[in-house]
Amino acid sequence: MTIDDLRRVLAACAGESNNISLGGNILDWNFDDLGYDSLALMETAARIEQEYGAPIPDDHITEFRTPRQLLDFVNGVLATA
Amino acid sequence: MTASVYVTGLGVVAPTGCGLEQYWQATLDGRSGISRLTRFDVSPYPAQLAGQILDFDAAAHLPSRLLPQTDVSTRLALVAAEQALNDAKVDPSALTDYDMGVVTSNALGGFDFTHREFKKLWSEGPKSVSVYESFAWFYAVNTGQISIRHGLRGPSSALVAEQAGGLDAIGHARRTIRRGTPLVVTGGVDSAFDPWGWVSHIASGRVSQAADPRRAYLPFDAHASGYVPGEGGALLVLEDAAAAKVRGVHQVYGEIAGYACTFDPPPGSSRPPGLRRAAELALADAGMAPADIDVVFADAAAVPELDRAEADTISGLFGPHGVPVTAPKASTGRLYSGGGPVDLVAAALSIRDGVIPPTAGTVEVPADYQMDLVRECPRAAQVSAALVLARGRWGFNSAVIIRKVFHDMEE
Repeated sequence: MTIDDLRRVLAACAGESNNISLGGNILDWNFDDLGYDSLALMETAARIEQEYGAPIPDDHITEFRTPRQLLDFVNGVLATA
Repeated sequence: MTASVYVTGLGVVAPTGCGLEQYWQATLDGRSGISRLTRFDVSPYPAQLAGQILDFDAAAHLPSRLLPQTDVSTRLALVAAEQALNDAKVDPSALTDYDMGVVTSNALGGFDFTHREFKKLWSEGPKSVSVYESFAWFYAVNTGQISIRHGLRGPSSALVAEQAGGLDAIGHARRTIRRGTPLVVTGGVDSAFDPWGWVSHIASGRVSQAADPRRAYLPFDAHASGYVPGEGGALLVLEDAAAAKVRGVHQVYGEIAGYACTFDPPPGSSRPPGLRRAAELALADAGMAPADIDVVFADAAAVPELDRAEADTISGLFGPHGVPVTAPKASTGRLYSGGGPVDLVAAALSIRDGVIPPTAGTVEVPADYQMDLVRECPRAAQVSAALVLARGRWGFNSAVIIRKVFHDMEE
């Protein structure tokens, strides 16, 4: 899963903040600063599981601070699958 | 604890217009927003006409962050709230967040959103259901989303009283102000035009099955045969009068002078329905007599026995043909929690412009209703006070009186 995939899923699940473009280099931004709260991330996690087959436990999703951390986790799961 | 409460801002989203002046012009012109329901194939259903907001582009009005988490009813409520705050020239960021509250009513919840998620639940399983379903369906969601969007963190609540609830919200907003919150955004908005919502409307047994949009919802007409459901509603900004002066408000539409609600006796009781008592209690609350009321915005069920009961209430209280009566909702359909607030908007504009909007469509009012119904075209009239009535299924009755504020804010 690439950052572009994640951008698309985030926008579809939770929209985009008015102030920050998802198109920029957001890999190490905090989800908080991007405007995504825990519900937005839960929705994103559910979509990732459906589309990519990588389950992310609900209690785990809020521990990811940045897109990079989330992508590393997902790609790690996919690599061992 | 009986501080005056002023109406300082109005926002309306109705099938006849999104925006105050668009709605008002259409209302004065008697233009109808009723047409065949287009959200899905309505041909198998016994009722097919609805008051739809056809040109609403949520993405043009709302941040994209809010779109995946909101039902259409909440999107409409957010737009109406923003209109009302703009109309009142309130900049919430310049005021104290805990000094502003939100009180809304809702009768239907997020039907369309929930229908979509239930469909996913049944066809794809629970993991496909949106996490936002947790609140998007909920009666209190409009209060919550308005509060979050504008940073209004004062005492806030949600009231549910079927189609009377919108007036109860306004009454409770006044109470909230009198308990010490200077500004409250209040009103109601509803929408339920997905197939599941539509059958729920029809299940009431009161929805018109007429095919002709001009003849489908005829309040107080000899041919009344039920109502047409609509979508939309109104939000108002109410302010403590003294605080409004300090803020330097540029306009006051009127004062919420009276409010009351009652409940009907159980079916089969020998006691009369509660509507008249609600009107009398609202008058007493306002310290006014029936003669002080210049127009009644009727509940206007368009179900013959309910029309007759309301006609009896009005003629009993005001005397035969004793007060002009109107029902502009004939052009929008019944908006559930939005109905009372939209009527209050129309009443406020009647006061402002000295004109009573017509009940479009109604032609033949039974003589024994003894009702002076304003029909066909607007009637010029000095309106200093208006009584707005609303009834909800299963026994709810509510009444609000809005009274012109004569003294200048400069004084």
